[in-house]
Amino acid sequence: MNAIEVKNLRREFAARSGLFGPQKRVVAVDDVTLSVPSGSVLGIVGESGCGKSTLARLILGLLAPTAGSMLVDGQRVADLGRKARARLIQPVFQDPFASLNPRRSIHDTVALPLAAQGTFSRGEVARRVAAVLDRVGLSAEMGTRMPAQLSGGQRQRAAIARALILEPRIVICDEPTSALDVSVQAQILNLLADLRRELKLTYIFISHNLAVVEHVASEVAVMYLGRIVERSETDALFRTPRHPYTQALLASVLTPEPGRGVPDVGLGDIMPDPANIPPGCRFHPRCRIAVERCRVEPPQPMVRGEAAMVECHLA
Amino acid sequence: MSISAVTPVAVPIPQTSRVGRAGFAIGLVIVGMVIAAALLGNAIVSADPFTQDLNNRLIPPFWMDGTQAGHLLGTDQLGRDYLARLVYGARISLLIGIMTVITSGLIGITLGVLGGFFGGRVDDVVLFAITTRLSIPVVLVALAVVGLLGSGLGLVVATLGLLLWDRFAVVARATTMQVRTLDYVNAAWCAGASTSHILIREILPNIASHLAVVGTLEMALAILLEAALSFLGLGVPPPLPSWGLMIAEGKDYMFFSPWVIMIPGAALFVLVLGINLVGDGLRNLLGTERLR
Amino acid sequence: MSLLDVEELFVTFGRTAAVRGASFRIEKGETHCLVGESGCGKSVTALAIMGLLARGGERRAKRMEFAGTDLLSLSDRAMARLRGNRISMIFQEPMTSLNPAFTVGSQMAEVLTRHKGGSRGAALERAIELMDRVGITAPEMRLGQFPHQLSGGLRQRVMIAMALMCDPELLVADEPTTALDVTVQAQILRLLARLKREFGLSILLITHDLGIVARVADRVSVMYAGEVVESAPTSELFRAPQHPYTRGLLACVPVPGKVQREKPLGSIPGVVPTIAPGFAGCAFRSRCSDADMTCEREIPRKAAGATHDYLCRLAPRDVAELQPA
Repeated sequence: MNAIEVKNLRREFAARSGLFGPQKRVVAVDDVTLSVPSGSVLGIVGESGCGKSTLARLILGLLAPTAGSMLVDGQRVADLGRKARARLIQPVFQDPFASLNPRRSIHDTVALPLAAQGTFSRGEVARRVAAVLDRVGLSAEMGTRMPAQLSGGQRQRAAIARALILEPRIVICDEPTSALDVSVQAQILNLLADLRRELKLTYIFISHNLAVVEHVASEVAVMYLGRIVERSETDALFRTPRHPYTQALLASVLTPEPGRGVPDVGLGDIMPDPANIPPGCRFHPRCRIAVERCRVEPPQPMVRGEAAMVECHLA
Repeated sequence: MSISAVTPVAVPIPQTSRVGRAGFAIGLVIVGMVIAAALLGNAIVSADPFTQDLNNRLIPPFWMDGTQAGHLLGTDQLGRDYLARLVYGARISLLIGIMTVITSGLIGITLGVLGGFFGGRVDDVVLFAITTRLSIPVVLVALAVVGLLGSGLGLVVATLGLLLWDRFAVVARATTMQVRTLDYVNAAWCAGASTSHILIREILPNIASHLAVVGTLEMALAILLEAALSFLGLGVPPPLPSWGLMIAEGKDYMFFSPWVIMIPGAALFVLVLGINLVGDGLRNLLGTERLR
Repeated sequence: MSLLDVEELFVTFGRTAAVRGASFRIEKGETHCLVGESGCGKSVTALAIMGLLARGGERRAKRMEFAGTDLLSLSDRAMARLRGNRISMIFQEPMTSLNPAFTVGSQMAEVLTRHKGGSRGAALERAIELMDRVGITAPEMRLGQFPHQLSGGLRQRVMIAMALMCDPELLVADEPTTALDVTVQAQILRLLARLKREFGLSILLITHDLGIVARVADRVSVMYAGEVVESAPTSELFRAPQHPYTRGLLACVPVPGKVQREKPLGSIPGVVPTIAPGFAGCAFRSRCSDADMTCEREIPRKAAGATHDYLCRLAPRDVAELQPA
């Protein structure tokens, strides 16, 4: 049973170059389809301009899609109001400093989803806040503090508590540990793993850190300039990446193994620009093995080897 | 990935400049004293600012010859005790300053927050309103309105309040736009919080410090404008002792009894200076919390 | 003589001690990494060396010499003559490190004309040459561009080129790739390694990323709470880390290909303590499983090899005795 299904999701932005320039349409998310089985973790990786943050915002309802639909537990999300959506999907954002209102206490921030529903008594709210704070490893006393008095790791725990208090189906984790120190990152990842098992949650885990994604996700989708270019089970992806971009990404990860130098990723100098998507295969200007066909014909998604889906003529 | 470009790290840089700190302290003292004088009024000055005594006209203040006990700052051309008039005038200045700021603040902050938060058409309307307001010459319009509708305390407050909201709007709009992109606002949205909750409980408290600074500066401006209007006879009606009016009445006696014009002029200068120093100090204290 | 010799550096901001007795040396042609997590004092150390501490920061050291010159005794003007000239610095955030109001060309030319004089034309020539060396395409066109017209990776390359304008002997790089995509990061680090070879450059690289340290550094100094808790050649540090913090840190980093999903990631419990004035003993003791009473007193600096030292009461342990990660 799929906790969430995304079908042909598309999001365009209008951008104007200069005051009198022509209006351009920037396609940030282009025809994304994916589904996440209940209780599992889908990792989404990609670099700047790939659209993963936009995708997260679309799923969370912070942006409306230009086209496409989403189903949660078989229900169309577009039909749901914000309060109903809040009961199903919750976020954990990247920056622990920016994701908590500096002028409200931790208790108030964590209680907000409950208070917004409007159906819980004050006693019930207090009880649930205390329970969830305990679950994420924060003492009840910390609830009375302001965010400035907490460390980065503690703040992220508070953000997780806020995400869980309504017991949602899906938690969208948008780079939840990227802004944390390495030693704290591990604490938070372990916490997220424990909570998922305990509460039978489903995660969509967005990150640029491939090692973390490998540790956390059961399936991985690689995004490039708005499209998913490869999707596979984690071990398969890391063992035999099929798409040249995935291969380059994996090659550029610097493992803490001395003596091996810095690899030549071979991507060239051209930077991906969502406002100027190349024709044909959007990766071809940077691809080592691009051929003439790649310049004109966009590849279709297909199954190759162990990869559940890859978009490449040469995979 | 880098987060330092978007993080609102509240890093209050300590106000290490001694001049800056001294200025803030002086400003607070000045404003504090004026407020105290205005509030205590009758308790410290026994004389009545309205009682005329034509036998005791133009008595000099205590630092000049010919002064009389009982009139520390002398009397004006109608024999009214000047100290009493000054203190009463402080009340008027402060009252006008505060009432105007409240009015213009309500208008400007509402417009700015709505425009900054919703963007799109709403923002277009707000920007249009701001640009229109900025192209209006405030003093001329105030003069015209008051000239047509007559003078009076309430009218002055209303006119100034309806004209001085632009800085509030601009600052509120800019800060709202910055705060709106922050993740705690997104999280509140995803939590199902209503729009009014987000505006009032998430955004407003986090832009309040910047608006407070604007508030102090607008107050100073309002006080000065009222004085200007009263000087031109189009502000507070006599016999109410607005400082501007006192300056106007005193200009006929400028050469022989200079204190009549000097004292309210100095008082006005000192009060506005004090408010500006407080505003600067507040900005240094709070404004360094970069919203980036 | 070492190129940079720092001994017992202390940096305080009011009552807070950001750096408490850091010592390290950089030899000519060496890439030295200062690694640690947020708040450990690594960036402050670099700023102290460059004389760029924020207002309110005070530095003192037993010795701080660059190629024999005592940096502590230099006046502001003398230090300014060194900066950009013999010691250059590049920063983390490419968006804010370049002045948005001036073209790339004018900013780069200014560095050369200020320090070495000469005509603007000659400076622009050198700018083009360097931009080419750092792999910037169409350098003549870039001269006239403004920073906002360039991507993050390009801006960082411009910064590196700018830092090299006067042929410095030492490059101080404060988290130069943290803000960049991982593929761009690899390119920039390769570039730095190549420039090191071509120019004979020494690099002081500040980072929190152990992967970068492993692949790029010749020597590593690990910092924690303002102190250098371990210092060793890179391979030695990863082979036989001695300090409990170093070992804890290495256990925290997931390595692709060696991931064990069922086991929780290694982590270090607790948080970095605030060091109040009068703090004595080991700053790591609240988080260390081997801590005992002696850790509250002064900690000896032990040697685990000719060039490997660490700040801990524990005796050096051989690789075989250490737990596998």
